[in-house]
Amino acid sequence: MNLQPPATSASVTVKSVSKRFSSFPALNDVSLEIAPGEFMALLGPSGSGKTTLLRVIAGLEVPDAGQVLFGKRDVTRVPVAQRGVGFVFQHYALFGHMTVAENIAFGLTVMKRSDRPSRPRIAERVAELLALVQLDGYEKRFPSQLSGGQRQRIALARALARKPSILLLDEPFGALDAKVRRELRTALRKIHEEVGLTSVFVTHDHEEAFGLAERVTVLGSGVIEEVGTPEQLRASTNGFVRRFLE
Amino acid sequence: MARPRHLSEPRPLQLLLILVALAYMGLMLFLPLGAVLVQALQDGWTAWLDAVREPDALAAIRLTLLVAGISVPLNMIFGVAAAWAISKYDFRGKTLLVTLIELPFSVSPVVSGLVFVLLFGAQGWFGEWLAARNIEIIFAVPGLVLATVFVTFPFVARQLIPLMTLQGREEEEAALSLGASGWQTFWRVTLPNIRFGLLYGVLLCNARAMGEFGAVSVVSGHIRGETNTMPLHVEVLYNEYNFVAAFAVASLLAGLALVTLVLKSFLEWRHGDELAAARH
Repeated sequence: MNLQPPATSASVTVKSVSKRFSSFPALNDVSLEIAPGEFMALLGPSGSGKTTLLRVIAGLEVPDAGQVLFGKRDVTRVPVAQRGVGFVFQHYALFGHMTVAENIAFGLTVMKRSDRPSRPRIAERVAELLALVQLDGYEKRFPSQLSGGQRQRIALARALARKPSILLLDEPFGALDAKVRRELRTALRKIHEEVGLTSVFVTHDHEEAFGLAERVTVLGSGVIEEVGTPEQLRASTNGFVRRFLE
Repeated sequence: MARPRHLSEPRPLQLLLILVALAYMGLMLFLPLGAVLVQALQDGWTAWLDAVREPDALAAIRLTLLVAGISVPLNMIFGVAAAWAISKYDFRGKTLLVTLIELPFSVSPVVSGLVFVLLFGAQGWFGEWLAARNIEIIFAVPGLVLATVFVTFPFVARQLIPLMTLQGREEEEAALSLGASGWQTFWRVTLPNIRFGLLYGVLLCNARAMGEFGAVSVVSGHIRGETNTMPLHVEVLYNEYNFVAAFAVASLLAGLALVTLVLKSFLEWRHGDELAAARH
């Protein structure tokens, strides 16, 4: 497969980030280190701030205080479009009026003319990505003609088109049934290893977090309760973590 | 799927209800429309054609097209901008803005027209200032456009706000995360997602802009061949007992209504799910 790993699979550093929404604090002085190439899960009950943390890393939310660094680059004020991250949404967010190929190529076609790959090169890249997510030959389909699992694979391919160094996934399996979930988990794990990027995904399901991630960050009401490998967390003495894992 | 018999109204009652509905529609909708056509054509096609081709009538048609041609695009841009701001961002005074957008629907059109006379008329707040600079607004095309824009302001925005709220921000966020600029996101993601809702709103906006009488009547001054739009021209002709000519021009407006109705039904038929958002 012709997928060179990105130039740098960057580390992600979150430094004392706080974020308030009008009524409640979503993140309260959160700090986190994610190593280059690591597969990290953000785990917690709803309202714990895990999605907000992911969106702050992506640049979809601006923190009220604190910093976000990719490698040594301070991206706190960099808009999402310039951060070079891939983002996968729970409900796919595919563009309904575009074909699968147009969806995947979107990130390439919006590039400045001087940087934009040629049409044949884009088509080639789309075919590569479709092969990566095991949906070869689906170029001409529309999202409405695909199953949920297939849509999420396309969303994944689309997020990878510009070879991001960081892949962020917000409850990527949340809307799928158990069997599709398992298949997609395996596919994601494989892609993470093949492409060699830093991946962060949000989930409320600890089995999913432990089955997929190398390390897991457990959040509870806006603060990080504990960060560790699945083994470490299973042996945790933290009351919140123990209760949540039950 | 028919409902079980014991849950349905008895047959005769069903028929009665349908008949009442049809009779009412016939009386209130088809009879007037038919009357317009019959009156317009009572002296034959040539009389109709003469009435429509008469210079003042042609001027009224041109003026109506001009006013609608300026007001509808303006309200299309305002409507999209307002709906975009309201549905995709949170800010203070959002509910107030939504209420304000609906305001023209609850104000009598005559009052809407009077507001502009009060502002820009000879005795109005800016009257002297404008007169000193030889700028004509009231009794001229700018006044007609202002009144029409005001009256038709809600159509596009009202159609789009529920639709865009329902669609949420995810697709826009996805586009941005893929490196698109705000402008690219708007043209390539937002606009295609709302195109049929927008078309629907523009259609209604246009029908009202061309048919508006009250607000336009106040600011027009009824100068024949100059500031008379089609609805105003119909009234002038009617008051002169020139019934054939009045109904001939009226039949053009009725034709516009029919075309609007057909296009509207077509959009509802083909893209009903997208438009449904606005009807909840």
